[in-house]
Amino acid sequence: MMSASLSILVIDENRARAAIIEAGLREAGHDQVTLVHSLTGIARRIEEAAPDVIVIDLGNPGRDMLEHMFQLSRVVNRPVAMFVDHADGDAIAQAVEAGVSAYVVDGLRQERVKPILDMAVSRFNAFARLTRELQEARDELEGRKVVDRAKRLLMKQKRIGEDEAYALLRRTAMNKNRKIVEIAQSLLTAADLLGDDL
Amino acid sequence: MTHRITAGFMPLTDSALLVVAKAKGFAEAEGIDLTLLRESSWANIRDRLAVGHVQVAHMLGPMPIACNLGLWPLAARTVVPMALGLGGNAVTVSNAVWELVASEGALPDLVPSTTGLALHRVVRRRAGQGLAPLRFGVVHPHSGHNYELRYWLTACGMVPDQDLEIVILPPSLMPDALASGALDAFCAGEPWNTAAVLRGVGRIATVKAAIWRQSPEKVLAVASDWADENPDALNALLRALHAASFWCGAPAHREELAGLLSDPAHVDSPLDWLRPGLAGDLRIGPGLSMRVPDFFVPHASAATFPWKSHALWFYSQMVRWGQVSHDAASASTARDTYRPDLWRRALGPLGVALPAANAKVEGALNEPTPVGSAGASLVLGPDGFFDGTRFDPDSLDAYIASQAER
Repeated sequence: MMSASLSILVIDENRARAAIIEAGLREAGHDQVTLVHSLTGIARRIEEAAPDVIVIDLGNPGRDMLEHMFQLSRVVNRPVAMFVDHADGDAIAQAVEAGVSAYVVDGLRQERVKPILDMAVSRFNAFARLTRELQEARDELEGRKVVDRAKRLLMKQKRIGEDEAYALLRRTAMNKNRKIVEIAQSLLTAADLLGDDL
Repeated sequence: MTHRITAGFMPLTDSALLVVAKAKGFAEAEGIDLTLLRESSWANIRDRLAVGHVQVAHMLGPMPIACNLGLWPLAARTVVPMALGLGGNAVTVSNAVWELVASEGALPDLVPSTTGLALHRVVRRRAGQGLAPLRFGVVHPHSGHNYELRYWLTACGMVPDQDLEIVILPPSLMPDALASGALDAFCAGEPWNTAAVLRGVGRIATVKAAIWRQSPEKVLAVASDWADENPDALNALLRALHAASFWCGAPAHREELAGLLSDPAHVDSPLDWLRPGLAGDLRIGPGLSMRVPDFFVPHASAATFPWKSHALWFYSQMVRWGQVSHDAASASTARDTYRPDLWRRALGPLGVALPAANAKVEGALNEPTPVGSAGASLVLGPDGFFDGTRFDPDSLDAYIASQAER
């Protein structure tokens, strides 16, 4: 009902995250969404899109430049304020925490802008969680490979079976109060230094 | 008791004091658990200070004044109990512009007057030919870069925003912008000038230390509420930063400092980009090096003292360039933002040289001069402006009026 006519510009160098935000905005009924991934020619892009709301990721080094453009009002022919000028402390803290900020055309009522920023915040957080989980999965896979190589080394050197090799790694880790993968990595490093090939 | 403090910083050479306070254990020795938070824009640092994610931050000297004057959105009340060194910037021009300026008589000697006059001739000639004005980049409207660049251009007869365009760009993008022709020149801190020269895309034309010797640049910005509620933590942090400044000022530590700054968690730049600025031995063009006295001063000459005359000079330039209109209340806000009393409170017990005054006449010292101090003896200066003018903070109105006439 309310903000179907709002034009929203999303500036995010991360294309995947920008796409997720765009999808969220469209689901919420916003059909005028423009994505920008680079600062090159940003002034012209803003002029063309004539956005009511600009959403930008905090990792973008261009924020200082953008704020200066808004202050001069040379590019956007209407005065632009930071969303934070209209919002309460919690909303601001959540946005900064999530790594996103927004600028809105002055005079736009807070209740029209708030849902947009809330959506951006939740999508930023979801994206960060996904990225973290992906990294953890990669680390785990990497860790498993390290443990496997350490097991093979022990099997070869001590002429023991796989189960026994794993039990040895596990016991050592418990005794030293460290993770199995750390013990495995130390073993491989030591073997590497001593010239044992695998 | 341990004080937990998070400090925001931008990846620039003059984040050195904060980096060293943590890396060399000066913060820990003062009972501080210091976390450094690297940021990608000054706006982010302002926001994090406002919402309390950081209690203190590396900031451009004029920014806390802009915060307190309400020139910036979301401004938390901010105090400056310490500066983070003096100098450190340069003006770099594209190779094409350097050729033009050199053909008008500029020498590769960094001298602001002759280089500026040659630039003025280039600017006039281009205007006569109907060419677009040269475009200069600075990092922020409320920055020493913006004000010293405009000061230099104006003193050499040019009218910024009319004879030349001045735009805002993040410093990390400046060398590329120079290479692509999007910029003709820029004024920024290190390592970005050295980066442009070593990449072969520009030449250093002049330096902050030659436009205004021993002039203010970055400061420690502190959320005012936090400073009021945590005097012990603030004192401890200032002591740690003072120790860090002493360490950074020792030539014997330069190589280790360059190594610390080059770390991906800090400035994340090659050692070759960092060494010249730290040593004050600049590569100004292909095969050309030049020693610059006081290029970056982390400790000597009371380099961390937050002079009220520095705050008022920044304020005078905000007025000059139409960022704020001058009245007594605004001038007081600017003056009160810098807090030498907090510097003395923290460092007085250490027996370090305490300047007796809160402000000084800027540009009055032509050579290193012993001045009134408590504790150890103190030598200040030289602190001259290249055009020979002085800034007397007691005659602020007259200074502002005289600049309006030009």
